[in-house]
Amino acid sequence: MASKRLRKLKEWWIEKAILLSGIFSVVFVALIFLFLLREGLSLFRGESVFDFLLGKSWYPISDPPRFGILPLILGSLLVTLGAAAISVPISLAAALFIAEIAPGRLKEGLKAGIELLAAIPSVVIGFIGMITLGPWIKNLFNIPTGLTALTGSVTLAFMAMPTIVSIAEDAITAVPRQYREAAIAMGATKWQTTWRIVARAARPGMVAAVMLGIGRVIGETMAVMMVTGNAAIIPHSILQPVRTLTATIAAEMGESVQGGAHYAALFAIGIVLFIITFLINGVADLYLHRSRR
Amino acid sequence: MVTRAAKFSIQGLHVHYGSLCALRDLNLEIAAHELFTVIGPANSGKSTFLNSLNRLIDLEAHSRVSGGIRLDGIDIRAGLEVEALRRKVGIVFALPLPLPISIYENVVYGLRMQGVRDAKALDAAVERSLRESYLWEEVKDRLRTPAMNLSGGQQQRLCMARILAGQPDVLLFDEPTSGLDPISTARIEETLLVLKEKYTIVLVTNNVAQAARVGDRTAFFLMGEMVEVSATSTMFTTPADSRTSDYITGKFG
Repeated sequence: MASKRLRKLKEWWIEKAILLSGIFSVVFVALIFLFLLREGLSLFRGESVFDFLLGKSWYPISDPPRFGILPLILGSLLVTLGAAAISVPISLAAALFIAEIAPGRLKEGLKAGIELLAAIPSVVIGFIGMITLGPWIKNLFNIPTGLTALTGSVTLAFMAMPTIVSIAEDAITAVPRQYREAAIAMGATKWQTTWRIVARAARPGMVAAVMLGIGRVIGETMAVMMVTGNAAIIPHSILQPVRTLTATIAAEMGESVQGGAHYAALFAIGIVLFIITFLINGVADLYLHRSRR
Repeated sequence: MVTRAAKFSIQGLHVHYGSLCALRDLNLEIAAHELFTVIGPANSGKSTFLNSLNRLIDLEAHSRVSGGIRLDGIDIRAGLEVEALRRKVGIVFALPLPLPISIYENVVYGLRMQGVRDAKALDAAVERSLRESYLWEEVKDRLRTPAMNLSGGQQQRLCMARILAGQPDVLLFDEPTSGLDPISTARIEETLLVLKEKYTIVLVTNNVAQAARVGDRTAFFLMGEMVEVSATSTMFTTPADSRTSDYITGKFG
């Protein structure tokens, strides 16, 4: 009797502990957002939201200061789209290769390599991008500086790849073996099976992988700050220096006066980043649910 | 019994997995439009036999096959591309396994793979093969819904339709009713009896009574060896080998 009650008590504790952890994770996100709002919203007492989001100049320490983040938004967007265009096809192809085609030892080697790539600190990747990729792009396109949006995209593509490859590879490996057998038994070739059945069944996982990869790119700060040149101007091509939202916060937070307008503007940028990330996750979620139904 | 042309003729077939012998010196002919059933306990080599007929056995690591199998007189290794063979010799597995797409797409999957694009031809194939597997009436109004929403028995009949859409010659069934309830099982068995008018059927089953109900001829496999093959009625009334009678009366296995 006593042991039964003890077991019930244990069950109760475990249940509540899990519930609490779940609540905590939600509460933390809510608190972070509230903090951002509290610090950031004070900017809009003197500045209109419209001017902030669509203003073309970011001169936070001129007199009067101008807080238009359109160049920063476009900078982030350009670098991210470029990185996605480079990393998504390569990563998905790599994931298919590792999961479906590569023989045993090569597969293990590749997986270890990808994990190693994920473990390289972003500042190291940024450093390599700055001293090798930058000059190379400068010479290749014969432009005044190699620190451009393209350099940022390539650098960030390297950072997104491990995330996309390893999550997509998991999704592909999780496709039940019987799907493959059924397709093969109907006379499908290896490639037809991989493309029409495996890739299709793994699609929700692959979308999630891509979204997480893009999330990492948008949030990345250090590497992008080192290689994009950080000029807060509206970019007209990918061969121009740009500045991203994240790099702006990182570069200027130390110089801003706590509680001042500049300080509030940086937090407002944080809000914008938060909302962008939230939207990306939301879209990924919607997509996952739709394909599961 | 009328003598009919041999669909499959198998000579001296041996299958090894590594050092393990799974099938030993099998000689057998299967006639066209025959419903050939295979019974035997676990590990008797009956699934190995089935997988040899459409070369799915090639996917098993370490499998070695020797001896010859001819389909309509053509050697299935030397004379046919493996994909073509598998389109001619369709298989339905033990567990119903629809692909994670709609009912319609499941049925036309093989056709699309062969490059059929004509929507009318695809529609016609869907109706014909779903009617042949007796599923049409139940699903005709929801062809675009996911196949995963069907019941187990319906899924199994969908898998049959999927094979039938490709207009095969031979249908292989690997314990097709082992995961189904008695009513679904009865429906599949009825379907088999109709299908043998058009196709040659090889049915591997764990259910001895099922073999007795539907088979024209039955083979009894034990430990990689075909112990006996005869007309189903003969086997279940006067088996020639004592091991056969022990198995069908339930003394082992």
